[in-house]
Amino acid sequence: MRWEWVARNTGQLAEATLDHVALTAVAVAIGFALSFLLSVLIHRRRGLGGPITGIAGVLYTIPSLALFAFLVPFTGLTFLSAQIGLVSYTLLILIRNIVAGLNGVPADVREAADGMGYGRTRRFVSVELPLALPLIVAGLRIATVTTIGLVMVATVIGQGGLGNVMVRGFSFRNDTAVYTGAVLIVVLAIVVDLLLAGLGRLVTPWARTRGG
Amino acid sequence: MSNAPSRAATVEFRHVTKRYDERAKGNPAAVNDLSIEVPAGRICVLVGPSGCGKTTSLKMVNRLIEPTSGQIVIDGVDASTREVTELRRGIGYVIQQVGLFPHQTIGQNVATVPRLLGWPKARQRERAEELLATVGLEPARYRDRYPSQLSGGERQRVGVARALAADPPIMLMDEPFGAVDPIVRERLQNEFLRLQEELAKTILFVTHDIDEAIKMGDLVAVMQVGGTLAQFGTPAEILASPASEFVARFVGADRGLKRLSLSRVRDLPLQPLITARPGEDCALARQRALADPFPYLLLVDDRSRPIGWIRDADIPATGTLTEALAVPMSPLLNRRTTLKDALSMLLDADVQAGIVVDRAGAVVGLVTVDMIADRMRDTAGENRFGPLEPDAQEDDAAPTGEGPDGPVDTLAPPEPVEA
Amino acid sequence: MGPDQGRLTMELIGEVVAWFTDPANWTGTNGVPNRLLEHLRLSGASMLVATLIALPAGLAIGHSGRGGLLAVAVANLGRAVPSYALLLVFLPFFGLGDAAAFPALVLLAIPPILVNAYTGLRGVDRDLVEAGRGMGMTELQLLLRVELPAAAPVVVAGLRLAAVAVVATATLAALVAGGGLGRYIADGFGLRREDRLIAGAILVALLALVVERAFTFAERRTLLPGDQRRPSTADLAPPPLQSGLR
Repeated sequence: MRWEWVARNTGQLAEATLDHVALTAVAVAIGFALSFLLSVLIHRRRGLGGPITGIAGVLYTIPSLALFAFLVPFTGLTFLSAQIGLVSYTLLILIRNIVAGLNGVPADVREAADGMGYGRTRRFVSVELPLALPLIVAGLRIATVTTIGLVMVATVIGQGGLGNVMVRGFSFRNDTAVYTGAVLIVVLAIVVDLLLAGLGRLVTPWARTRGG
Repeated sequence: MSNAPSRAATVEFRHVTKRYDERAKGNPAAVNDLSIEVPAGRICVLVGPSGCGKTTSLKMVNRLIEPTSGQIVIDGVDASTREVTELRRGIGYVIQQVGLFPHQTIGQNVATVPRLLGWPKARQRERAEELLATVGLEPARYRDRYPSQLSGGERQRVGVARALAADPPIMLMDEPFGAVDPIVRERLQNEFLRLQEELAKTILFVTHDIDEAIKMGDLVAVMQVGGTLAQFGTPAEILASPASEFVARFVGADRGLKRLSLSRVRDLPLQPLITARPGEDCALARQRALADPFPYLLLVDDRSRPIGWIRDADIPATGTLTEALAVPMSPLLNRRTTLKDALSMLLDADVQAGIVVDRAGAVVGLVTVDMIADRMRDTAGENRFGPLEPDAQEDDAAPTGEGPDGPVDTLAPPEPVEA
Repeated sequence: MGPDQGRLTMELIGEVVAWFTDPANWTGTNGVPNRLLEHLRLSGASMLVATLIALPAGLAIGHSGRGGLLAVAVANLGRAVPSYALLLVFLPFFGLGDAAAFPALVLLAIPPILVNAYTGLRGVDRDLVEAGRGMGMTELQLLLRVELPAAAPVVVAGLRLAAVAVVATATLAALVAGGGLGRYIADGFGLRREDRLIAGAILVALLALVVERAFTFAERRTLLPGDQRRPSTADLAPPPLQSGLR
């Protein structure tokens, strides 16, 4: 470990970290928006659940390196290619958790809402959605942490954030760069996970008081 | 409750049938040609074994389930012609699992329908607090808690408060006390009956428990599997003359005893008794006591409240009566005590007679085990409790005990008695 | 994508078909059979060792209920450490080549197997276990005859997650080290040969999907009659565990 290398390259490391965060944030945001729409669709028409999660499952199973390889002839070594790949991997996790959250709303709560005269949309927004939040947040955490790892693979299409630092370090036998990159990625994943967990607690105050 | 109860509404089922699967073989109905009319301000209990269509019937009133044919008419208006959410906001709904919103505080839960109706915030909060107090939950303690922090009984109370929030003329209650233990259930039942005396809502109440049906209902509709109505009448009618073998079996072999729970002490001609006050002349008292067939004299205080018994034979020939002569009390009953409770208290205390007191604790007469037994034997087919004669107007509410049916204890006479 | 892109796509498809039909690509060290064998050998060996370590550990923790915190810690760590990073950190110690990726893949496969074995066992109805104990079963009998059959779908789901992650990461190993089907993708990028790139991607994707399907099939077989869970959601109950990267 050569600390002077780290000290010399703080600017570059910071930039790579920011790249990493940006790639992750954009992918998770787009993935969440897409997943949310698809989940609502599945929630309303149960029959769509099989086909949609089936496709998301195939996307999820295809190794990321292969997926990026498929994209390159079409969208090149670009931010767009990276995003298409990264977003694909968030879909299964997010859809499954959002749908599970919505389906997990207790039947008696739903019945009580209907019985008191909630309309369908109102019931969704003010009863079902809040109750699905814990699972939705759990899905977001997993999707985000997974994406932080996957961004590394986007190095092969020149987009990898901290992955670039590591791969370059590996190529030039610079162990310090490899370790520094690895540590930064893991720390980034843990910090973001904790932040999201905290956010989750903040928006679900009722879940904190169990049995209190 | 501070505001006057809203007008109750009549609910009428007119040839209501519900078939879940139109194409099923044999096409069994969940509810088959149900016609009943529930007068405004009454509790009608739908009771029957599981699969008899009682819950389906209930849910057709607020259109959580739509009837296949027939009409449900509320105050003369066909429910199917009304806008469904508006209809539901005007009908209180309480279910066994309560269905409180876990993500909202108790106060927010109770204010649900007022919020849907767009009441001003302050009025919503005020109403929630008022209702929490009504159901016996201290608003300051409960308002900001979440449902997960409450016991089962407390949650049920909140459920009732929530259903009452917009003061609906009708309440639908689906096994509302089914998920709590027997002791809590009994207390909730009593509290609810007392509440209903003030509210006078039209209530449809579903249960599978015949005892609960008899206790809670002004009217009872016994339903049987296949969704048909087996009998519709007052609890007394159903116990006295079951319309069919099915009803007789459903109400049970002990229906004679169950009927005792429908009669109250006030329904019996009370037996008079001889009383005397401390300080009275023994000779005079003895003379009066011996003139009466009952072998005891009751010592009472200056406000006619019982102190204790003196056997006729034990009254001294001379001197004045003192409290020291009196032996401990019989059970104290009041006019609202059910005969079932009265009998049970007398048997428990191993005595033949109980003293009936009025609201102020003053003696009004005697009830004996024999009188209750006689009562049980006669009156087959008799219907003393017409559906339209509310209990609620009874003036002599219990001085002790906890509710309309609450047993009045043997113990404490109005003032301590030195034995 | 204009008409031009469409024409290019057709051309590419033609090239890829040509690659697959070229006999040269089916023989020798760099032929598909050999690369597939390398890929399977590396993935299989890693899975075997990981299973031998993680499955008994997970079952022991799940059965006894002790060490649950350890399982959670392993799960979180497994999720936070990207497999590619693991590979790059490990390789220098073991040198380049196929065998060098092996320890990284083993480490990668341990968390999902261990955690699902643990959560699967913990999720077994306690009444069932009590009933078994009440009838005089030994702890081992309880584990093998009561808990494991009930928990099997979740346990197998853990194996599936691990296997898919291992197959995917074995592909990445080609970028920095040796053989396997990832070689085609690595060479495709390196030599800017799109036919080879796409052919490799197709082979890798197919292999991953076949492995995933095979384990899903096994999962379905372990479902007890009347169990309503769909195998693909068997790993859902606790927030679904997914490996960090492929």
